Amino acid sequence: MNRFWPAFLFLLWPASAVLGTAPPPAANPSTSVRIGYIDLQNDPRYRTDNSYTGIVFHTLGRPYPGAQLGVQDAQMIGRVIGRQFILERKSAAAAADLPALAKALIAEGDHFIIADLPAPALLKLADAVRGQPVLVMNVSAPDDSLRGADCRRNIVHLIPSESMLTDALVQYLVAKNWKDILALQGPAKEDAGEIAALQRSARKFGATVDAVRPFVLGADPRHRDENNVALMTANSDADVIFVADSGGEFARYVPFETHSPRPVVGDAGLTPLAWHWAWYENGAPQLQHRFEKLASPRRMNAGTWAAWAAVKAVTQSVMRAGGGGFSEVEQFMLGDKINIDGAKGKPMSFRPWDHQLRQPILLATADAVIAEAPLPQYLHQTNDLDTLGYDAPESACHF
Amino acid sequence: MFVPAWGKRSSGNAKGLARLFAVLLFVSLISLPAMAAGTGYVFVSNERSNRVTVLDPARDHAIVRQIQTDARPRDMHFDKAHKLLYVACGDDNAIDVINVAKLAVVRRIATGPSPEMFAIAPDGKSLYVSEEDSAIVRQIDIATGKTLNQITTGPEPEGVLVTPDDSRIYITSEVADMVHVYDTKKKKLIDNIMVDTRPRRFAMTAERKELWVSDELAGDVTVIDTATDQVKTTIQFLPPGFRPVDVTPVGLALSHDGKTMYVTLGRANHVAFVDPATKKIRAYILVGSRAWGVAENKKGTLLYVANGLSDDVSIIDIHAQKTIRSIATGRVPHTVAIDE
Repeated sequence: MNRFWPAFLFLLWPASAVLGTAPPPAANPSTSVRIGYIDLQNDPRYRTDNSYTGIVFHTLGRPYPGAQLGVQDAQMIGRVIGRQFILERKSAAAAADLPALAKALIAEGDHFIIADLPAPALLKLADAVRGQPVLVMNVSAPDDSLRGADCRRNIVHLIPSESMLTDALVQYLVAKNWKDILALQGPAKEDAGEIAALQRSARKFGATVDAVRPFVLGADPRHRDENNVALMTANSDADVIFVADSGGEFARYVPFETHSPRPVVGDAGLTPLAWHWAWYENGAPQLQHRFEKLASPRRMNAGTWAAWAAVKAVTQSVMRAGGGGFSEVEQFMLGDKINIDGAKGKPMSFRPWDHQLRQPILLATADAVIAEAPLPQYLHQTNDLDTLGYDAPESACHF
Repeated sequence: MFVPAWGKRSSGNAKGLARLFAVLLFVSLISLPAMAAGTGYVFVSNERSNRVTVLDPARDHAIVRQIQTDARPRDMHFDKAHKLLYVACGDDNAIDVINVAKLAVVRRIATGPSPEMFAIAPDGKSLYVSEEDSAIVRQIDIATGKTLNQITTGPEPEGVLVTPDDSRIYITSEVADMVHVYDTKKKKLIDNIMVDTRPRRFAMTAERKELWVSDELAGDVTVIDTATDQVKTTIQFLPPGFRPVDVTPVGLALSHDGKTMYVTLGRANHVAFVDPATKKIRAYILVGSRAWGVAENKKGTLLYVANGLSDDVSIIDIHAQKTIRSIATGRVPHTVAIDE
């Protein structure tokens, strides 16, 4: 809380540099804060064949512009504290190249590496830099295992976990008294993860998963019980239909194709997300506008939000850690004093037991945010945000 | 209209009637501005219904007028004579000018994108508008509408306060968590004061010794010593039954007697009464949902609070320390300004 501009620094610093119009200070190893960014060139999650005849229906998009916005947002902080925030991206041709890329970033002085990687690649990277003064920041892998048995001390998770997402959704369903759920499960490994998270959330909040029915893409009449939405959703008196389809191609045809008039949730209909462009409270529109200015025609999504929040966590910690080195900054970031404003209304911080960023979750349709979780009905003894995801006593993570 | 009728009745009395008319005209001329300066009306801007609601406290707070404005009316300030009310309209990039006597928008001053809060310079000739999307505070000449100056700030500038001697401008940056100090003579930022998370608005204490800044996401107010621009202390708010994370202070207003600072607590749905001398919180008053804008009447008897998420204004009896009324005004009430 003390003013952080010591008088001597003020004298050394050219007064004009305080003005926004002044050029940023030259890159200097002692005054710059370098943030690395690593992704995979052929990450299947962003494959363009997630579209058909050129019509892209999967709006995931790479998180990178979010990190760029984070650095842009930090310019004024950088000028004032005399540190320049530098973002450097390295894209790996294959997961095997990750350790070498990380090594190169560390050699350049990076202590923070934003990782846009699937879970196995993320673990490969984290294990390659273990023991070094580096924090890996996960912005795209929601796997519960990364916050549980496979957790790593040197990873922080900006993107919500699978269980945080399904907890948010099930809180809403139970609050609505739509407690009977019929689940449709796709063939991907991620879809199985979503279903497992859903079943855990249902147990946690008192909902019931009546049945889990597998689906496949296709029009083969011999498999119509697995590819015809109306047939798959018949013989069920569930209140809602949950669809687990990480690819999205099946999910988008579930609403209005169901046997009975039932709301669809999960990967279509009402979806739990870290971010949605239609969120308009808590300063969200300003964040949205800055993003669109930078990355038009893209709108901010969960991944870009997470990358933006990762940079924000770094810049906030550098600003408030009192000019210390990496260990002080890391200690501040993972401590209980940090208060990250994610434009979602509640102060965010990292859970000490698994390094997951605690955060509100938005429940959104294609063009509106219907609710924000945790819902007011759900309270927690210390922080209501911890009603989402694995709480300390149930965590399987042991650093 | 009635004078020609009198004239028709008796031409012999024409001279006397003319004199009477002159007297009447004179009386009406001197009384009109006095009436305009003291309607006693309470003005409430409603962000999502694009209207400024006018309430009359003398008539049981009846709604006198819903003034149509440009889109997303937010912060409001009167000119010195209270003839005009300026309204920042965020989605139409303008400051609307309401004629207080006519209760209608009579002029539109163009700004940059998304004006939110603003302040009028002590000489009344220009205004300083924070434009949250472009990270500047723009100084606009009121007479010509021309931009006189642009002050670059951190992202999402919000609160703007010009000191009464016109020497300094304080500006919050919501994203950079700092208060910029701008010297109007040197025409540059001379200091940046780190405060808590998401600083929003300002108020000065009596004798202008302290600058209070609401830190929305930290649930506190930072008190800055204006002599040194150093942080003096912080005041943490926690109404009974609330979690610290639910307390989001935004609005600040000093009572006319200088003995109470009113702090609206946003999502905590309360207003705090704080003693500026001791920094002790004297009371928490329950109001509507997401309390932001706040204004006290001149007598110091009533406090008006704009509740953004319950679409109403709470009226607090200050002595009884209790909300006595709530009045629906429009969608997402933002700011309250009183003409008296």
